[in-house]
Amino acid sequence: MPGFVAQRLLYLVPVLLAVSLLTFLIASLLPGDLAYVILGDQATPDKVAALRHDMGLDQPIWWRYLSWLGNVLQGDFGRSFRTGQTVLQAVMERLPVSLELMLLAQLGALAIGIPLAIACAVRSGSAFDRFMTGSAFSMLSVPAFLSAILLIYLFAVELRWLPATGYVPFSEDPVGNLRCFLLPALTLALGEWPVLMRVLRSDMIATLQEDYIAMARAKGLKPSRILLVHALKPSSLTLVTVTGINIGRLIGGTVIVESIFALPGIGRLLLGAIFTRDLIILQGVVLFVACGYVLMNFVVDMLYAVLDPRIRHGHA
Amino acid sequence: MATLELDIDEQVVAAPIRKTRRLGLLFWAAIGWIVFVFAVAIFAGVLPLADPTAMDMLERRQPPSMQHWLGTDGLGRDELARLIHGARISLVVGLCAPMIGITIGGALGMLAGYFRGRFETLVVGSMDVLLAFPPLILALAVTAYLGQSLPNLTLILGVLGIPAFMRVARATTLSLARREFVIAAQALGATHARILLRELLPNVFLPLFAFFLLGVAVTIVVEGALSFLGLGVPPPISSWGSMIGEGRESLEIAPRLAFIPAVTMFLTVLSFNLVGDTLRALTDPRQGAL
Amino acid sequence: MSDPVLLSVEGVAVDLPTPRGNLRAVDQVDLRIGAGRTLGVVGESGCGKTMLSRAILQLLPRKARLSGRVMFDGQDLVRLEPEQLRKLRGRSIAVVFQDPMTSLNPVLTIGTQLIETLQEHLELGALAAKKRSAELLAAVGIPAPEQRLMQYPHQLSGGMRQRVAIAIALSCEPKLLIADEPTTALDVTVQAQILDLLAREQRRRHMAMILITHDLGVVAGRTDEVAVMYAGRVVERAPTPELFKRMRMPYTEALLAAIPKIDAAPHTPLPAISGRPPDPTRPIQGCSFSPRCRYAASRCFREKPLLADADRLDHQYACFHPIQVAAGICA
Repeated sequence: MPGFVAQRLLYLVPVLLAVSLLTFLIASLLPGDLAYVILGDQATPDKVAALRHDMGLDQPIWWRYLSWLGNVLQGDFGRSFRTGQTVLQAVMERLPVSLELMLLAQLGALAIGIPLAIACAVRSGSAFDRFMTGSAFSMLSVPAFLSAILLIYLFAVELRWLPATGYVPFSEDPVGNLRCFLLPALTLALGEWPVLMRVLRSDMIATLQEDYIAMARAKGLKPSRILLVHALKPSSLTLVTVTGINIGRLIGGTVIVESIFALPGIGRLLLGAIFTRDLIILQGVVLFVACGYVLMNFVVDMLYAVLDPRIRHGHA
Repeated sequence: MATLELDIDEQVVAAPIRKTRRLGLLFWAAIGWIVFVFAVAIFAGVLPLADPTAMDMLERRQPPSMQHWLGTDGLGRDELARLIHGARISLVVGLCAPMIGITIGGALGMLAGYFRGRFETLVVGSMDVLLAFPPLILALAVTAYLGQSLPNLTLILGVLGIPAFMRVARATTLSLARREFVIAAQALGATHARILLRELLPNVFLPLFAFFLLGVAVTIVVEGALSFLGLGVPPPISSWGSMIGEGRESLEIAPRLAFIPAVTMFLTVLSFNLVGDTLRALTDPRQGAL
Repeated sequence: MSDPVLLSVEGVAVDLPTPRGNLRAVDQVDLRIGAGRTLGVVGESGCGKTMLSRAILQLLPRKARLSGRVMFDGQDLVRLEPEQLRKLRGRSIAVVFQDPMTSLNPVLTIGTQLIETLQEHLELGALAAKKRSAELLAAVGIPAPEQRLMQYPHQLSGGMRQRVAIAIALSCEPKLLIADEPTTALDVTVQAQILDLLAREQRRRHMAMILITHDLGVVAGRTDEVAVMYAGRVVERAPTPELFKRMRMPYTEALLAAIPKIDAAPHTPLPAISGRPPDPTRPIQGCSFSPRCRYAASRCFREKPLLADADRLDHQYACFHPIQVAAGICA
């Protein structure tokens, strides 16, 4: 196990470096000069040149990358030239919202996907199974912004049960906070559960044919124990992998959902930066999100090892 | 153990046979819908449609009528015309972007899978870096710098698809490269180019094509999301995503403005997914072995 | 047999629907076993012996159809409610599967897999169950049982895993143990140890045992009675010493001849049984062994021989042209 962790940790270093390089290159090589953006279109060439010199934009690119990387490693991601807020402040302020949204969405997706997958696997080939598999397949073709609109229309416009937009901090009003998150989280969960369900279902069907399941039945164990312990645990390995792969999609979905439901999270920060051409914030947020994504995948890898003793003991 | 005694769970054997037969109707319905959307999009200029950008402030959010079959949107523009012109955008981006992916990703994957070695490590490594970004975030960031336009959008979404196509091509090539017909060709002294183009490409192409169709579905969705956020093709050009985005504003008064493009988009994405998934199941070597 | 009958299988047939048609895996089998006795079931791969064991346990695949009666301790297992059946399994009837690599759950510890059985059937507290698990492991010859409880199956060798599987099977003192080819997947050196362990525990606990194998040599010294199966049917049945002294069915003879002999001259070709077992989805008219039988005559291809009593009371075989005892092994 320690060897496994160390090996994975070592792999993180080049990936994170490459991510920072790519983020930097996107910001530096693509058109859109920061000095022009700050000064506006009417700026004189002299003023632009002066500002470029002040910001170090006239330095060679590798030098700019290294000094930027050095700052980043010291926790200095830069400062918005529009609001004066540092990137780190802005991100930290909004991070809890995005994390809460993703966590609730993931829990929702698991809550829908796991029971359905088990029910389908137990009765594979039945009418119920075929109906649910078909529904899951159709749901895969419904992007987050479609289900968001549908949910808003149903629960906010027609039934008026839940607010369509808005945000209340958890510390002020926990119930109101959860009510705000219900529709956004459900939107994301609706996109996630079919993926989880399909994978877990086919894995469970294969697992249920294993000898050790016949053995568990021959031991006279309760059906619930056979399904939830003997079958679900070995089947959940791919579920974890898929959850990991899906984090990317989930982050993308978070941006869209935060924008639709007006939640002040990282996604809104990113979109706001794009619309106001706040390039420093944009660069910082992209780097932050990409690194967060890499780290989340790392955590998922670790989870894999926790679940499968064969990997933990280095037999894989 | 005995091949006969227990392990024949007849379901496993019977399922693929039954599935192809049952999916038949749905499969052809999906093909029909795709053909229909294509035809309408191609002949949009010839069809007797209103100008999709002509506003009429007196005719805002009109219900469907003889003059406007699907009514008008919040700026009095003909909804049907916008829907059909939106189909053009979705299809152009949806087809061209995966085309970039299948060409570059497919070539890289085949070369990596065939030559292996340091080249493979390099290709796989650089793709890993591209995959280290959540796709939508990368698309948003690059759009922000490059500026919104149809070619830019296509290019970005195309590049984002390269890693996935590379993986499929590499995996298929790896499994094929050790098969008899390739070894036989090598033994006969065929050049690398000949083996890659004549022996491997025909076999790699089908799985890649099935994946291409799934890629079309994903691209239409991502383009829709970007346009929905106002970061896709610039207005006044209509796209399904931007129509849904605009329709959201009038969800209480005229939900149809959001739901018509939403349903159209859902059906199109579902059709591509359905056809792609069926083809993938047919070309999957693991299934073929049964 | 003096002991009361514990299990009696009466006219059991198992049908499996397959894409190629109905597959009759077990065909009208009658067997009985007394308490504390051992029965060997011998046959080639695919002869239906594993299906038979699963039919006794009511653990057939979902689509399989079972007919006949399985009387255990006065109850017909076929008609039992699932909940009652569950209370019998693991408690009164236990099973050891063929392959210990696949029959233990890879993601649960040995301890969990032992303790859950004990707690399910014998209302034991956590500590008592753990203590008893360690005792059981020690009883099946596993050193350092306390440490083993915390380990996962992949950390044990194949023989050790089969010992664990046996410990699980023995844990609730069952009345009947079904050992389904318990040594086929193991190294030759370990096979005898496992078989001896099973025989020892069987005698010590006075439980009945059904030993399923493809190897006549395995049942020779370890069972009271032997049933030979071919193509889903029992084709010969006799007390073990009687069977080896006077086998009547040509198939049994062929099986015995297929066992390599230590005293044979080097490079003697092994007399394998020619041909293959019949396709069970295409029922054969006449004796199912006739295509491979060297004694087969025209009647064998037309008519199916029934399992009938021989001249001796407890010896039954299904053959029109049994091997003449005088011309058999005794000669």
